[in-house]
Amino acid sequence: MDAVCPIVGDPSTTSVWSFAVSPLKQPPDIPRIVEVFERIPHCRALGMKVVELRYGQGFMTVPYDPALVGNPTTGVVHGGVITALLDTLCGLVVMASIPQRTALATLDLRIDYLHPATPHVAIMGSAECYKVTDSIAFVRGLAYQETFRDPVATCAGTFMLGATGFTAEAAQVRAEPAGEGMGP
Amino acid sequence: MTEAIEALKRAGNIAAINDLIPYARAVGLEAITDDRGLVTVLRFREGNIGNNLIRAIHGGVIGALLEQAAILHLIEQTEITVVPKIVNLSVDYLRPCLAADTFARGRVIKQGRRIANVRAEAWQADPERPVAAAHAHFLIG
Repeated sequence: MDAVCPIVGDPSTTSVWSFAVSPLKQPPDIPRIVEVFERIPHCRALGMKVVELRYGQGFMTVPYDPALVGNPTTGVVHGGVITALLDTLCGLVVMASIPQRTALATLDLRIDYLHPATPHVAIMGSAECYKVTDSIAFVRGLAYQETFRDPVATCAGTFMLGATGFTAEAAQVRAEPAGEGMGP
Repeated sequence: MTEAIEALKRAGNIAAINDLIPYARAVGLEAITDDRGLVTVLRFREGNIGNNLIRAIHGGVIGALLEQAAILHLIEQTEITVVPKIVNLSVDYLRPCLAADTFARGRVIKQGRRIANVRAEAWQADPERPVAAAHAHFLIG
């Protein structure tokens, strides 16, 4: 088994996609991002763990759990587990690529399932943010088990930066009767 | 298991097919029927929260709801009797999906011999204000 997918490596030499983000004036606080992640109830419920998170790149795992099977005939986990893993990982990687305290919303996530995951084996995820504009971040990633050369799934996602519906203020407005601050 | 799914499908009991799937029980997915037909529901559970700040449901579980809605509607609307294999899924997140029950309906757009194209839409209080939409391909042959 490959210990670490080369997507998580030196971006200048091992990256699959070129990462062209200029150095940030307020660099992301990676330990804080991981701390926020560790308090997400759904990630805890699935047992997700961050293996590595750095500027523009990340690597995560989710263990096999019979309670998360989606096909009782084969014992293969539900696609929702892979969607949750990749959505979380892509979001963390974007947070690790943008200035601190920018509100974030997933715009879309496309997942291609290349082959069913093998039962009783953990799933690993690797993702990279390869472009950030003023309002959008672009991410690609993959999920794999034995080797990243044989991915279970690949994904492409876009995230909106500075999403007004995803701030503490928006949550406050919604909590009041006239709250209509919906939408990214 | 294949026989069980076949028998339930013949009986039109899609809810029981849903209940055979361990993941559905784990996150609170149910199949119900309203006046327009089959609806897949994601019951609100604290364990489905993905954003503590605004208490929104995790995008991964919303993806799972749409995938489940697509699968159940595909089983309901076609002749297949196995759990269809997903090829790809593309989810658009339209609005924050907050701490409440979420509903989804799927529609088979095209059924070929081996591939089916299905769309699904999810909403909370108002079906006219969807929180997410998806399209997916499944292998059915």
